[in-house]
Amino acid sequence: MGRDLAHLSDEALVALVARADEGAFAELYDRFGHVAYGLALKVVRDPALAEDAVQDAFLAVWRSSGRFVAERAKASTWILTLVHRRAVDVVRREQPRRTEPLETAPQPSANMTEDEAWLRLQRTRVQDALRRLPDQQREAIELAYYGGFTQSELADRLGEPLGTIKSRMFSGLARLRELLAEPGQEEERWNAPEFTS
Amino acid sequence: MERTGIHELSAAYALDALDPNERGEFEEHLAECQECRDTVADFRETAASLAYEADMPAPPPILRRRILEEAKRERRSVVPLRPRWALPAAATVAAVAACAAIGLGIWAASLNSRLGRRPEAIGLEGARGSLILTESGDGTLVLDSLAAAPTGKTYEAWVIEAGMPRRAGLFSGGGHIAFVLTRKVPDGAVVAVTLEDAPGAEAPTGKPLFHTRAV
Repeated sequence: MGRDLAHLSDEALVALVARADEGAFAELYDRFGHVAYGLALKVVRDPALAEDAVQDAFLAVWRSSGRFVAERAKASTWILTLVHRRAVDVVRREQPRRTEPLETAPQPSANMTEDEAWLRLQRTRVQDALRRLPDQQREAIELAYYGGFTQSELADRLGEPLGTIKSRMFSGLARLRELLAEPGQEEERWNAPEFTS
Repeated sequence: MERTGIHELSAAYALDALDPNERGEFEEHLAECQECRDTVADFRETAASLAYEADMPAPPPILRRRILEEAKRERRSVVPLRPRWALPAAATVAAVAACAAIGLGIWAASLNSRLGRRPEAIGLEGARGSLILTESGDGTLVLDSLAAAPTGKTYEAWVIEAGMPRRAGLFSGGGHIAFVLTRKVPDGAVVAVTLEDAPGAEAPTGKPLFHTRAV
């Protein structure tokens, strides 16, 4: 089921989901379930809680797809925003987990599928862009997005004025946006030394 | 909060780094600031890219099943009212014909699970509404701004199964109503409402009162 939907754009799938098309919903999950779960797990650091966050987010997609406006956002952005919001809500309820280290074991994959290869390419692209941010901007963005910290918590934690944190997040995201929009970054990567973080 | 300060919050908002109060305040601002809405849209996209940085295992297969099953279950519970000519033919043609043949069937909701949808407002002159169903088949018609039935008349609900309309209760309209059907609604049945002479008819005989607009 759903293979005949492979040629449709993400946005077209959301339009079908708005008409309660279960096949389109399954296809949407197959496209974004992995990255959604990865994001949720990175934020909440607990498999069961990550599953809950992903389930809540996808059911929100199911229920509110009729309100999605393709002109305003990409479907992927919309879905990942829903996942992130729920993961952050979970992590703010589960305070103790946030002091645990951020490292997670990468998933070794002997036979990489096409999807996994694509995910890996995206990952490299984002890691490269993050690496090129000024350290303080990168720190603010990573702690906020992956750590689920509010800007006020970050200010406390880093011992900086709130205004400084706001500026770092704003400048950092603006810069990150430019970096991600740069063409040819993948090619450049092959010549650059590879760091593992 | 000063204006530049609030504009700068688009980044923290896109990163979900505002507490609930700040979030609410910023969303109020967003409602009236196109510039910030544009910035947030850009920043959201950038922030969502960060999701791909995570090198994580695939979700367990059971999660996919759970999500799809839950979605299917939810779909059964609320069915919007459909204009009768928008009902796809196959499963419901007989039931609708039973109404149409005698010149009524103002509107109907198909309960065929194939047609089930989540709530949506159906343009219906003088009324908007949904039919809410429980798992056990108890149905409630929720109607906004339904004109009161004229003197000597009543609205009558019908549950139509296999082309056979059965009485499902009388109501008089007039504003917002939530009417509990007096008859269970089996899977695959159609619910329709007609206007009848008080105190109601044994079988639908009323004339169409409303005209639906296509959705």
